[in-house]
Amino acid sequence: MIIEQWLIDLAWIVVKILAVVGPLLIAVAYLTLAERRVIGFMQLRKGPNVVGPFGMFQPFADALKLMAKETILPAGADKVVFILAPMLTFILALVAWAVIPFDAGLVLADINVGILYLFAISSLGVYGVIMAGWASNSKYAFLGALRSAAQMVSYEVSMGLVIINVLICVGSLNLSDIIEAQRGMWFALPLFPMFVVFFISTLAETNRAPFDLPEGESELVAGYFVEYSSMSFALFFLGEYANMILMSAMTTVLFLGGWLPPFDFAPFTWIPGPIWFILKIMLCLFVFLWVRATTPRYRYDQLMRLGWKIFLPFSLIYVVLTAGFLMAFDKLPGIGG
Amino acid sequence: MGEMQIRPLTLNFGPQHPAAHGVLRLVLEMDGEVIDRADPHVGLLHRGTEKLIENKTYLQALPYFDRLDYVSPMNQEHAWALAIEKALQIEVPKRAQHIRVLYCEIGRILNHLLNLTTFAIDVGAMTPLLWGFEERETLMEFYERASGARLHAAYFRPGGVHQDLPDGLTDDILKWADKFPAFIDDLETLLTNNRIFKQRTVDIGVMSVEEALDLGMTGPCLRATGYAWDLRKSQPYDCYAEMDFDVPIGTTGDCYARYLVRVEEMKQSLRIIRQAIETMPEGPVLAENNKVTPPRRGDMKHSMEALIHHFKLYTEGFHVPAGDSYTAVEAPKGEFGVYLVSDGSNKPYRARLRAPGYYFMAAVDYLSRGHMLADSVAIIGSLDIVFGEIDR
Repeated sequence: MIIEQWLIDLAWIVVKILAVVGPLLIAVAYLTLAERRVIGFMQLRKGPNVVGPFGMFQPFADALKLMAKETILPAGADKVVFILAPMLTFILALVAWAVIPFDAGLVLADINVGILYLFAISSLGVYGVIMAGWASNSKYAFLGALRSAAQMVSYEVSMGLVIINVLICVGSLNLSDIIEAQRGMWFALPLFPMFVVFFISTLAETNRAPFDLPEGESELVAGYFVEYSSMSFALFFLGEYANMILMSAMTTVLFLGGWLPPFDFAPFTWIPGPIWFILKIMLCLFVFLWVRATTPRYRYDQLMRLGWKIFLPFSLIYVVLTAGFLMAFDKLPGIGG
Repeated sequence: MGEMQIRPLTLNFGPQHPAAHGVLRLVLEMDGEVIDRADPHVGLLHRGTEKLIENKTYLQALPYFDRLDYVSPMNQEHAWALAIEKALQIEVPKRAQHIRVLYCEIGRILNHLLNLTTFAIDVGAMTPLLWGFEERETLMEFYERASGARLHAAYFRPGGVHQDLPDGLTDDILKWADKFPAFIDDLETLLTNNRIFKQRTVDIGVMSVEEALDLGMTGPCLRATGYAWDLRKSQPYDCYAEMDFDVPIGTTGDCYARYLVRVEEMKQSLRIIRQAIETMPEGPVLAENNKVTPPRRGDMKHSMEALIHHFKLYTEGFHVPAGDSYTAVEAPKGEFGVYLVSDGSNKPYRARLRAPGYYFMAAVDYLSRGHMLADSVAIIGSLDIVFGEIDR
């Protein structure tokens, strides 16, 4: 009887995980399509519209093509690390979703250090990149990996400080608590400068334009995954897009009130929380694509300067300001409560 | 431990590289991301154009010029036509001169559109390229309507142009010219005041006037340093002397200045296009000298002499008196020159082509030393390198 209960629990967990990962992978597939379509329209062209209605089957055609290709292992590569790197990137991009709450109580693991977990997982992502760059034994990949490592480290720091801003206002590391704390007002409004800094940092964190130096097409060809092909390439690709969605979800949780409707009255409250959550993620993703179509790419040193000399001091000062403000008006959560 | 020799990182940049315009190959010696030395390699697109020209009649050699700088074909043809006209001392009818100037300026816009937008994609902005290609398509259609070919036009002839313009073409060009400034504005909103674009281009690849002259720079790259040198003004050919236009110059000589000069040149070209169309007289488009230019089709039906002329022209070709001359035009990239040595026969003894891009290539090393890898891409983009003319 006891063993059966244990089995049922395990099965239930697997079902729950699949219920998150399955839709996520489909979302990733359609994000690639959305990117090509949205940027296509911004560039006065149509984008893929032939495979299926409105090109809806294009992602599957791409996936099929990639799977059918040969996995090339470069002769000089460190084979184990070379194969491990894309797996790591992809797994880390999925694992982080464990703590993202889709609605009140609708979360895989409602741990009380959710934001730390998210932060730790997203920082680990750099290992996949470094491993790929190192194992490829190619100069382009190596330079790309170096850039990526430097970039991720610099932006993690200011991101961490931005998160501290939010945490001071909430008084909890639990993501559901953070969302509930925004019931009156989304943090995007009082912490607007931090919202902007955070969003730009997520662009850098996910290696998206204008911070796509690690893959810097015009300089490093494709950067750290220049030697990859077939499914190992696809895993990097999926990982990157899953990370984009993850970062958008993080922005939504921290600043855009997660599953909460924009206004707490009639027509808005009819729409269920997960729908709001997804809509907000889509909004963030659209901005991701929009930025990509508009901006040129930063240079390596300029990107570092932006991270260390502008964002870091700025978010540090803002932490002091936020804390000071809350102390002065005696609104600090968790104290005396 | 004794002294250790540290070998610099050598990076092979190209020839198959997304930012290498055409078949550019640079061997970069780098200290981390900083370039110590850039070694440009040429010859990967060498087709022996100059030698081939020696074995063709003067007229047969003309299409080779389309294939040099394939971004602005007619400007090269112009140099060849002018060189032969100079040697033969024939007059070009006014209408033909206007048509040639009109198409040279269209070629200039074609070239600058491609350069500016690929420059943008080199520094990471990809949208301008696709917008620019939309406009280039319209311009190539004008090429096609006049010459029958979108790219390799072979439209200019010694003594004029091959055919008169079809009806309505000039009206369409004027209509396009009214809309084009709006496109330039759109392009500029994406780039000119874009902070990232400026960070990537300002103070990158700086040349002073002296350095630019020493390096053999011509065209927008020279003008960006502040040296107002434009062959259309300093030694006007065809009807450029009658045209009213300004020569934009930069002050800083960096990548951004080169960008700005080109944007302004497009606007000036637009002025010239308008004037060329508005002041275009009626009349013949080819010199009426049947020793050099073919007779009219109709004449050949009933004039024995015309038929013989036609036959002689398209078999033996015309003879050019012995002598040598240097003829240069202001091609979009810079001074494109033809040093023509003729021995009195129907084929050129030697035609040495001066391609502006060749000298830009030579400057890549000087300009990119001490800059970062990403800057070298911006420098190459701003210099406007096309390998068709460099390797010839």
